[in-house]
Amino acid sequence: MATAAAHRAAGTLMHGAADAIGEAEAHQRAFDAAVAADERIEPRDWMPDAYRATLIRQIAQHAHSEIIGMQPEANWITRAPSLRRKAILLAKVQDEAGHGLYLYSAAETLGTSREELLDKLHSGRQKYSSIFNYPTLTWADVGAIGWLVDGAAITNQVPLCRCSYGPYARAMVRICKEESFHQRQGYELLLTLSRGTPEQHAMAQDAVDRWWWPSLMMFGPPDDASQHSAQSMAWKIKRHSNDELRQRFVDICVPQAESLGLTLPDPDLKWNEERGHYDFGAIDWDEFREVLKGNGPCNEQRLSRRRQAHEEGAWVREAAAAHAAKHSNHATGTEGEQA
Amino acid sequence: MTATVATTAALALGDDALVLSHRLGEWVGHAPVLEEEVALANIALDLLGQARFLLSMVGDEDELAYLREERAFTNLQLVEQPNGDFAHTIARQLYFSTYQHLLYAQLAAAGGVFAPLAGKAVHEVAYHRDHAEQWTLRLGDGTDVSHERMRRACTALWRFTGELFQPVAGLDVDWAGLETAWLESVGDVLRRATLTLPEGPRSGAWSAGAGRQGLHTEPFGRMLAEMQHLHRSHPGASW
Repeated sequence: MATAAAHRAAGTLMHGAADAIGEAEAHQRAFDAAVAADERIEPRDWMPDAYRATLIRQIAQHAHSEIIGMQPEANWITRAPSLRRKAILLAKVQDEAGHGLYLYSAAETLGTSREELLDKLHSGRQKYSSIFNYPTLTWADVGAIGWLVDGAAITNQVPLCRCSYGPYARAMVRICKEESFHQRQGYELLLTLSRGTPEQHAMAQDAVDRWWWPSLMMFGPPDDASQHSAQSMAWKIKRHSNDELRQRFVDICVPQAESLGLTLPDPDLKWNEERGHYDFGAIDWDEFREVLKGNGPCNEQRLSRRRQAHEEGAWVREAAAAHAAKHSNHATGTEGEQA
Repeated sequence: MTATVATTAALALGDDALVLSHRLGEWVGHAPVLEEEVALANIALDLLGQARFLLSMVGDEDELAYLREERAFTNLQLVEQPNGDFAHTIARQLYFSTYQHLLYAQLAAAGGVFAPLAGKAVHEVAYHRDHAEQWTLRLGDGTDVSHERMRRACTALWRFTGELFQPVAGLDVDWAGLETAWLESVGDVLRRATLTLPEGPRSGAWSAGAGRQGLHTEPFGRMLAEMQHLHRSHPGASW
């Protein structure tokens, strides 16, 4: 719950110049004061409609990404080449479903419902991360997703642990811990392949070649083309710009790739002494836009699969609801079987 | 108990867990609600953990999982049955987890070589059994559609249940008592779910003890082909 500074600001305004300024503006000032003081906004606090809408959009898309993101990895569960790797992968996709659940719950604190959000996903009105529209073609892709995709996600998400909206920030603390564990596992998988047979090494290199650029696209459009960035940063939902985070990610990955004994598919990648950062080549923003528009390699497949699971599961959800209804009716005052 | 007999028993129990785990892993991304994505993956992971422990009692877990042919697997035919719809998966879980829970309780009490594993796993399996029972109640006593699907699923898998009580050499178990307790428990859950125990044979000449003898149903070979393909494509590689 709120927020000493917010209450002070609201109290002063409400008791003092409330007539002149009006209740709405008092709320707005209290909200601004809380954000400025790095306090958390909580579900019962007043918030601007646009802040609520932005958070619903962002948290929902984050949740959808966890759910759709299960598919490219689940593609390899039944083919994992050792029982240890299979167990790690099963645990990982289970975590992702759990992350989806936390995030839908966080979104629900803003006055929406999981059903409504899933409906928006299934009808294409809300998006998920563009990265999951790429196919997993070999076992090494599971490692590349762990190292690069989860690595990019962590770079994006760690600052969200300090996001101004409390429920989202707290979900991110928990999610980031598990994600960094997954990322290390992905790195270790690639390292094993890289040091394995020549075929395994080639498999690892091929996967990194295919996943590198899409991972850089995960940070979103360049700063000058990012429509939500400025407002999100002012609200302290976002803490760093897309390009800053992308640069941070590149700087982390280059030495890791060297330790892996793998190369990154960018001839323009080189250390810039003056900037203290790696320079890197141009991203293919046309490809990015096409994938966002639904024309990536797996957009159709991912969404169909999700819709299919939902539709084929309808009778199960209806059964659970009918059972619960029967037993809550029967059980008035008596002990009923638990659903 | 000789080493060979313990090996036979560890393989039988390990193969059950390995194969059912694999089938449940096929559900990931297809479950009817997110909570079931978590639950089914969780059960698959528990079973895989049991399989790894049991196969490691016999030899190298990966050699045993990935390099044996279909005829060398000794799992029950029940656990290799394709997932079908959610009701089929739940019926398979109800039959198997009730069996495994009762079996592991006996093995834990008997104090033999399987007692340490059984004593630990019995807690996981109690959760699997509860999950299957709760869904059997929801589907059986849910809508007309779900009732009919659950009834059909229980009937379709019934003929694979006789095999559960064929004694396995090396397991210190009261098989007749296990069967009685199983029939009572499953019968009770089905009754509460407004269903009845299916009629018809629980095994035939063609299936009595067949899985334990390495005689499987046709879908199993295809399942193994998918499971083993990558490992077999890179002989000797480490993963």
